[in-house]
Formats: sequence, structure tokens, C-alpha cells
Amino acid sequence: MRVDFEILKSWVPEGAHVLDLACGDGTLLRSLMDDRGVTGYGLENDHQSIAQCIEKGVNVIDKELVRDLNGFQDNSFDLVIMTQAIQVMEFPDIILDEMLRVGRECIVTFPNFGNIRTRGHLALRGKMPVTKKLPFQWYDTPNIHFCTVSDFQNLCKSKHYRFINQATQAELLFNKQLKGLWPNLFAETAIYHLTKQTAETE
Amino acid sequence: MNQQTSSRPTTENSVGIVTPKSVDIKDPLKLACGQVLSEYHLVYETYGELNSDNSNAILVCHALSGNHHAAGYHTDNPDEKPGWWDNCIGPGKPIDTNKFYVVVPNNIGGCHGTTGPSSINPETGKIWGPDFPPLRFRDWVDSQVQLSDLLGIQTWAAIVGGSLGGMQAMRWSLEYPDRLKHCLVIASAMNLSPQNIAFNEMARQAILADPDFCEGRYLEQSKAPNTGLALARMIGHVTYLSQSQLEERFGRELRAGSFERGNDNPIQFEIESYLKYKGDQFAEEFDANTYMVITRMLDVFDLAREYNHDPVEAFSLATCRYFVASFSTDWRFSPDRSEDIVGALIGAKKQVSYLNIETDRGHDGFLSDIPRYIEGLGIYLSKVAGEIEDAS
Repeated sequence: MRVDFEILKSWVPEGAHVLDLACGDGTLLRSLMDDRGVTGYGLENDHQSIAQCIEKGVNVIDKELVRDLNGFQDNSFDLVIMTQAIQVMEFPDIILDEMLRVGRECIVTFPNFGNIRTRGHLALRGKMPVTKKLPFQWYDTPNIHFCTVSDFQNLCKSKHYRFINQATQAELLFNKQLKGLWPNLFAETAIYHLTKQTAETE
Repeated sequence: MNQQTSSRPTTENSVGIVTPKSVDIKDPLKLACGQVLSEYHLVYETYGELNSDNSNAILVCHALSGNHHAAGYHTDNPDEKPGWWDNCIGPGKPIDTNKFYVVVPNNIGGCHGTTGPSSINPETGKIWGPDFPPLRFRDWVDSQVQLSDLLGIQTWAAIVGGSLGGMQAMRWSLEYPDRLKHCLVIASAMNLSPQNIAFNEMARQAILADPDFCEGRYLEQSKAPNTGLALARMIGHVTYLSQSQLEERFGRELRAGSFERGNDNPIQFEIESYLKYKGDQFAEEFDANTYMVITRMLDVFDLAREYNHDPVEAFSLATCRYFVASFSTDWRFSPDRSEDIVGALIGAKKQVSYLNIETDRGHDGFLSDIPRYIEGLGIYLSKVAGEIEDAS
């Protein structure tokens, strides 16, 4: 299982009603259903992934996530999850608003563009980063809205979202050792658990 | 007999030659309009074997022009076309007759053997004709419940329907929630749009305008309003096809005449000839009063009417899982209409998966061999078969 899945799973309340945006082949939802008794749906538009969801018995809705979650009612989910997809969105800030309109809480994971390796690509080679996790060229990448850990935090602060949990993840040893100290430079993946409710209103 | 059929290229995964069954249902059927059918005749076909605990039955609900003959052949004539959903029903097909017992009734009000306007009214001894009671979808569902009881099927593993068959399936899931485990709603909608009603009304007016309609008493007068019925079908049929499909299949090709100067032969476009052929063919096989009854049923159908017009409230009664599919170029029941169903199911926190199939086949996509559609349906139903195996 992907490391960001392992981390965020521990944040998902038992029996929560969950919407997983860009749910891929349904691995995360299936494991949340089995281990945390969640209910809910995945949204996906990749044909093969959708077929894999149905095969796993995961409820999947064939829909391209464009701008909004039209048709989903306010606060109809305990939790809305989007893993490794916000950088693909045309309007990441609007999608984030929508996630917290439809869900009381949301969990977002994304590749940290502020990581030292990606910075190295730009600073030393003068080229857009191409790494194992981000294997695309600038012209064919689906990732059109990269951000760093700091960028994301600033967006959340400007929207007055509250952080319930946050974590970073790294595979390379030096990133692993240093990500706690300086997440913006050493985290490979960032994982955020947000709500727009303040602690008092909860 | 089977030696002949083996020459057909499609028979290796066909249910083969089938014989329609029928039953006289003597229990009165109380209709939504207040009238009662004291008894009626119901024709149906079955494919596959019912398992020992009667848990592997699938009910297939047919659409407007469909009937009980959904799969296989009636004769060994190699020119005979198979049932209307033969590409989906058969051994190894999505509705796999090696795993499921498939039941396809012809609906009441129909014209292929089940009691309908062309049947004799037992109380008068005359043909019902235009006096056949107006029906609602719930009447179809109630008659299918009577058939279920006769067949010993308490709970359907799945109820499947395309177009107005999907409306029946949804109605089932609200009226008899504990009698089905899965509801498959394909190219359907929770009610008709004004545009849908407009096309139905044009079709009815075409029939009414045929002098041979005789106010619906054409059978008694040995007449047939085939011109009107064919025109009605032409109007309907064009709404089942997409613009891109028409473009590709017919374009502006001519069937007769010429655009050349100096040539005064009358022009006939290919699309005209095709629609005329389809219309005439339909008029030979279908009954005008049935067409009137069913199009009116469609207009009136509104899944959520009795639930404060709130589809979420309506679906909150359901206990089955849903599979919803739409076709990208379907403008009769567009993907938006299916997304409304899905949205209401999500609002009611019901289990649902939804596929929107990219295709140029329009509304008729639900009868077509579109790989992603056939595969999706197959994967979903093989999960259903797995559940049945696990339970027994």
C-alpha cells in the first residue's frame, strides 16, 4: 500500500461516510471499507480504474472532476479525500472549497514541489524536474498546478481552514531524516487533514 | 433441430432455440387507475436454471418496442434474428445464463401475447381496443410480482432494464425493496422531459391522424393504422440515434434521384429510406393501441411524485445496490438524466456505481455491442454471481 494511504488511513474515523476524488483503482476505499468500516463512493474517469473499482465492489462514479462537485449536497460526507491529484486540477483552490463544502473534513495528499531534488533540477540543471514520482516532461504532464508545502499551507491559511492533522512522507534516506526539521525542503509527499470549522464550532 | 442452429455464427454462446412460456394469472390485478384486471394472460421467456434456493434469478424488463423474446431463437431458420438483447444474455455473456436464471416477461398492455388492447376483454367478450385501462409503471411491477410469486422467486438477484425498462427496475426498488438485491438502470430517467413528451405526442398524433385508426377500434373493423403507426415509429426511432451516427451511417447520400441538373427524378435520401423501412417493419409487428398506452405511461411516469417530488426521499426507501449506465450521445435520456439518478442515490446514501459510456450510438447504445459497456455490465454482474455463490 502507498505510504500516504497508510498515514491517512489512521486519520479516518471508524464508519465515516467518505467521498474519494480521483479514487484510482479503488485500493484506498476498499481498504478503508475493510479496515475502518467506511461507506461511500469514489469519483474516477479512467476507464480501466473504474472497471477495477467495480471488480473490488467499490462504489464508483464515472465523472471527470472539472471545477465543482455539482450535484453533491453540502455536508453530505464526513470526509472527502483526494490523494495525489490536486496538482492535476484546473482550479485547485475551488476544488478545495468544494471538498469542504460537501464534506465536514478533507484529506489532501500531494507531491511537494519544494523538495530539494525538484529544486535541484531547476536550480542546477535549469530544467523542469523529471523524477521517478514525477516522470513527465513539461509539455505532456497532467500536473498543471504544482505547489510546495509552504504554498499549500498559505492557501489554507488564507481560507481560514484549520489543520486537524498533517504529515510528510519521504522515501530517500536523507529526505526521511530531514523532513521533520524542514518539511518544505525535504518532504516528498505532504498529507493534510483539514476542516473549515474552528475548534469551538465542532 | 440443433444441427441447423449450429450453422449460425453467433450460436456458440447463445441460449439457442427457446420456447415462450405463458401463464393465466387468476388473481385480480388492481390497477393504479382504479380498474381491476380480474384475470390476465402473461407471456414470458426464461433462460438458464433456477438454483436450489431460488436465489439466482434476474428479471429483465423490456423497453417500448421490446417483448419477452430477449435472447436466442424461436426457430431453426438461419435467417431469423435473435432476441432483442441477445448480445447481453447467454452463456458467458454479461447476463450469464450459466450462472443466472433469467426471466423476461412481456408487459401487460403489450401486443406480443400478454393481455393488452388487442386481447379480448373477458367481461364483454370483445376486443379491448381503446377501452384498455390506462396503465402506470406500478401496474407492470405488480404484475411482475404476481409472476415472481408463481415462479417461487421471493428475491431477485437483480432487476435489469434499459430505457423504460430502467424505470420499471427503479419502481420495483421503491415498491418492493426487500425483493431485489441489485437494480441495474441503463439509459433511463426518473421522468420524461417536456421534449420527450413532445416526441411522444407527435407519435400519438400520427396514429390518431390515420383514418384506419377508427378511434382505436380498427381490429373490429379489420383495418390497421399502419401508416400512422409507421410514422409514429419514425418519429420515435430518430430520437434513439445520435447526430454523429446518422452522419456516419447515412450522411447526405441519396437512395434515389440525383442532384445533377437536367435530372428530374425525385430525390430520396438514405436516411429517409431507412426510417421508412424501420417504420413499416415496426407497423407490421406492433399494435397502435399498445403504442398509445405505453407512450402515455411514459409521459405520466415520475419516480418521485409520491415522495414530495424529492428523489432523495424516494430512494431512501430502497435497500438494493444500484448500477447506472448512460451513453454519451443519448439525447433521449441523456447522461444528465442518469446523473440525476446517481445524485439522488448518493444523497440517499445508497450504494451505486455509474458508468457513462462514450459512444456515437445514442439511446440505442443500451442495445449495442460497446466493449466498455458490455465489460462493465459483465464485471458488475459477475460480482452479483459471486455474492450468490458465497451465500449458498
